[in-house]
Amino acid sequence: MVTLTDYLIVGAILFGLSLAGMIINRKNLIIVLMSVELMLLAVNMNFIAFSSFLQDPRGQIFVFFILAVAAAETAIGLAILIILFRHRQSINVTDLDTLKG
Amino acid sequence: MIEKLIFYVFAALLIGSATMVIVSRQSVRAAFFLIVAFCASAVLWMLLSAEFLALLLIFVYVGAVMTLFMFVVMMLNLDQESLQEKFVRYLPFAVLLVALMVGVLVYAMKPGHLGELGLAISPHPSADYSNTKALGLLLYTHYVYAFELAAVILLIAIVAAIGLTHREKSRNKRQRIDAQLAATKADRLQILQLEAEK
Repeated sequence: MVTLTDYLIVGAILFGLSLAGMIINRKNLIIVLMSVELMLLAVNMNFIAFSSFLQDPRGQIFVFFILAVAAAETAIGLAILIILFRHRQSINVTDLDTLKG
Repeated sequence: MIEKLIFYVFAALLIGSATMVIVSRQSVRAAFFLIVAFCASAVLWMLLSAEFLALLLIFVYVGAVMTLFMFVVMMLNLDQESLQEKFVRYLPFAVLLVALMVGVLVYAMKPGHLGELGLAISPHPSADYSNTKALGLLLYTHYVYAFELAAVILLIAIVAAIGLTHREKSRNKRQRIDAQLAATKADRLQILQLEAEK
């Protein structure tokens, strides 16, 4: 049957893929934001797997709050993206080097 | 047996669509694959008998957050050629880092390292157990302050998103009281001397 390790490995692979997505996507800020969403999904997967196997619903409460905060983060992130595009006419990550001096 | 089959099919779908999200060049295609990934992980959460959160993921994420992503992707007039540059420059570094991290995590999660949990099969609650009821009982008693704080965070998100993107309209019809008070009779009233008819 499906063990806890299987779910944790799916979560770990998902986390690794989203980290790779942040590293290789230097051209498109929207895909970087999507990678953040995937990363939170991987963390939630671990929380729910442990919650289910330990038979303790408190892990799922935590996931509930993570989902709420992630929705807020996405809304603000996309708003920042829109004003960035209005000012720069681009969402290229490599263009955002003002602080490099 | 059927549970194992469902798990492997949807785990493969989840990982495959997550890969397509990070390698696709078009933002719209990446957003569609992200929807597939959310739906597949909702099925996995159902297998873990977290029904409430699985449905919440579909309603809130696929229904609201991904719609927001779609709006933004289609609203921005992106120059597709500049986005399609090759990403091979950072690819070796990314593959190395991810292989290292996933390898360490998979080693750490061996069934032997998890104690008796590692050998347990996924438990099925009894037929009269309600996941939503159990979550609600905890959420509105022990975690009620955290719940209210989450509501405040969502309110702040609304205010911040509107405040950031709102643009002052150039031709709005607002009343300008200072201009009205400063107006004199000479500005507004003109007395014409018409010739009287005889």
